[in-house]
Parts: sequence; C-alpha cells; structure tokens
Amino acid sequence: MTPPLSEAPREYPDHKPLQEQPHWVQDFPTDVPDDDHVARREFVKFLVLTSGAFVAGQCWIAAAGALREKGPFPRKQLATVAELESRRVVEFRYPDEHEPCLALCLGPGRFVAYGQKCSHLACAVVPHLDKGELHCPCHNGFFEVHEGRPVAGPPRRPLPLVKLEIIDAVVYATGFEPRTV
Amino acid sequence: MIHLEYVERSTSVQTVPVVCMHCHSPTCADVCPADAIKRSGDGRVMTARKPRCIACSNCVLACPFGVPKMMTEFDLMMKCDMCYDRTSTGRKPMCASVCPSGALYYGPRAEVEAMRVRSRPTNSFRFGEQTITTKVNMMVPRENLDTHIDVTAAMNERPAAGLIALNVLLDGPVPMEEAS
Repeated sequence: MTPPLSEAPREYPDHKPLQEQPHWVQDFPTDVPDDDHVARREFVKFLVLTSGAFVAGQCWIAAAGALREKGPFPRKQLATVAELESRRVVEFRYPDEHEPCLALCLGPGRFVAYGQKCSHLACAVVPHLDKGELHCPCHNGFFEVHEGRPVAGPPRRPLPLVKLEIIDAVVYATGFEPRTV
Repeated sequence: MIHLEYVERSTSVQTVPVVCMHCHSPTCADVCPADAIKRSGDGRVMTARKPRCIACSNCVLACPFGVPKMMTEFDLMMKCDMCYDRTSTGRKPMCASVCPSGALYYGPRAEVEAMRVRSRPTNSFRFGEQTITTKVNMMVPRENLDTHIDVTAAMNERPAAGLIALNVLLDGPVPMEEAS
C-alpha cells in the first residue's frame, strides 16, 4: 500500500491512517488523488463510446473510399525517355499536388511509376534501384520495384500504381490506381 | 451549493446560510454505498459523482450538519464544494465574495483573526460521541476556552424569547458519559 498522495489526507473515524484501514476501505479511498478505481458505469460508457467511435471511423473510411475520385485523370508530362533513362528516378506529383510519385527506369525502355507514400503510414519511400527495392525508412518497410508489392516490414498493401504512357519518346502519367492487393 | 435553513420557523423568519464544513473525516463519504462522494487532494468534499451516485440519500441522512441535498430531478446528491471551479483558480467562493456582512468569509486564518479581535476560529464539533474536525471554521468568542462546539447539547433546548444564542459552548455533561 503506497502512502496517500493527497496533500491533506483524510482522517478516518478510528483515527488510524489509510494503511491500517481494512482492505475494503483501502480499495475505495475517498481522496481523488488516491482513487484509481474505475467504476463499472464509467468503464461501460468508455467501451460504448470508443467502440462507437471505431464504427464511425470505419464508416467514414468506407464512405471516403467510395467517394474517392476514380478519374478521368489528367495527362501529365514527366520527362523524355532519354532523360528518365539517364536519371533513373524522376519525382513528380500526380494527380494533384498532394500525391508525391516516383517514376523509375528499370532498364532500357522499362519504366514504372508508383505513389511515394508508403502504404503503412504514408512516409516517403526511397528507391534503391541497385538492390531492386523501395525502402520506407520510418518502419523499415520494403517494396520490390517491379510491381511495387511489399516484401518486408509492416506494409501489407502495394504502393499506388501510376499508369505511364510513352508517346514520341516522352513519358506521360495517365492514371493513378490505389491498390489494396 | 449553499442553502438557507430557518432557525426557528414557527416564531421567527431568521435564516442561517448552510455551507459544507468539509470534514476531515467526511461522514457522507463513509456512508456512501456507491463510492460517489470524493475529497479533492486539498480536502474539499465534492458533490457526488454523477456516474456513480445512486440517489439513495444516505449522505443526506448521515451528514451531521445537514449539508447534502438530494436533487431528485437529477437523481444526484448536490452539496457545497467550496466553489471548486472558483477557488481552484484563486478566486473566493461565490457566497463569501457576495456576503455583505462578512458572515461568510474566505481567506487566511491570520487575516480573519486580525479582522475579528473578539473572536477566534474553531473547527471542532461534537455530536454525542462523534467529534468532527472540519476545514471550515466557525468564529466563537475569544475568551471562551472550550476546545469544541457541542452541537447536540442544545438539541432539545429552545432559545428564550428574543434570544438567538444557545449555550452550545458550555461544557455540559456528555450524554454518552451520563448513560454509562
């Protein structure tokens, strides 16, 4: 039994300190600083409110997913083929300013592009093309570069896929596909 | 929460304000079966906690000063908590801040002793066998040396006409001692 935490500990009718009181008194101290007992009604209220908040959050996520823009997406010029092949990695934002993306060159004429936000907690992934992987430094998540699928760490979903189109040796982004599997 | 009580309703319109005395050993909290009445860390006894209070009125019956009131419209015992919202931010309780005559005073002990040179504060009350010490003090005549106010000693007396004082400070025989 720890000593009372309150500045002016209460007295008891038998004038003994809290430590010498029977257990049923020690279990339910009168002073607020000593009282860590959670009443059943408060606990049930907490359970109902938090589970209700979880339900509301899930509904909100589902509604936001249903209302998400599915296109048509604008056509955005990224770089020329030669430029992308020499730089290997080109950063861009697509379809709007809030979605950072990466266009990667995996070899001559082989281009892929992914959203840069890690599917775990939206940290920016870092490409390591020599190792063939994209690394998320926040929680050590790894994605392979060919499909953008998770191979290690906490992420469970692949990176969003950006559809590319090559017209007259210029690379364009034409579509954005958030993927769940 | 303050309330007024009639002193002798059949013969007089005189009332006294009743504020919680904030006992060091609060009987209301001791009798609460739902663990709803709590004391703050600095010794103020609070209104029953709404989620816990079961509106059984045990505290109303047990309080020696008659302070707790059962508010049936809320199913909640409500009482004076020394205006915890005000005093915790350094202001005086509402009753003491508006009292025009200083009958209710909130402040340091030395200050009130300097203000009322003929009185001294006392915080010990006897109800039969039960002696209660409180955070709130009552002013008694300074020359009186009794260590406590014997409340029940005058329970069955009626003040003589025109008198409002009862001899609660005279050390009469304690009823329990008399019986044994």
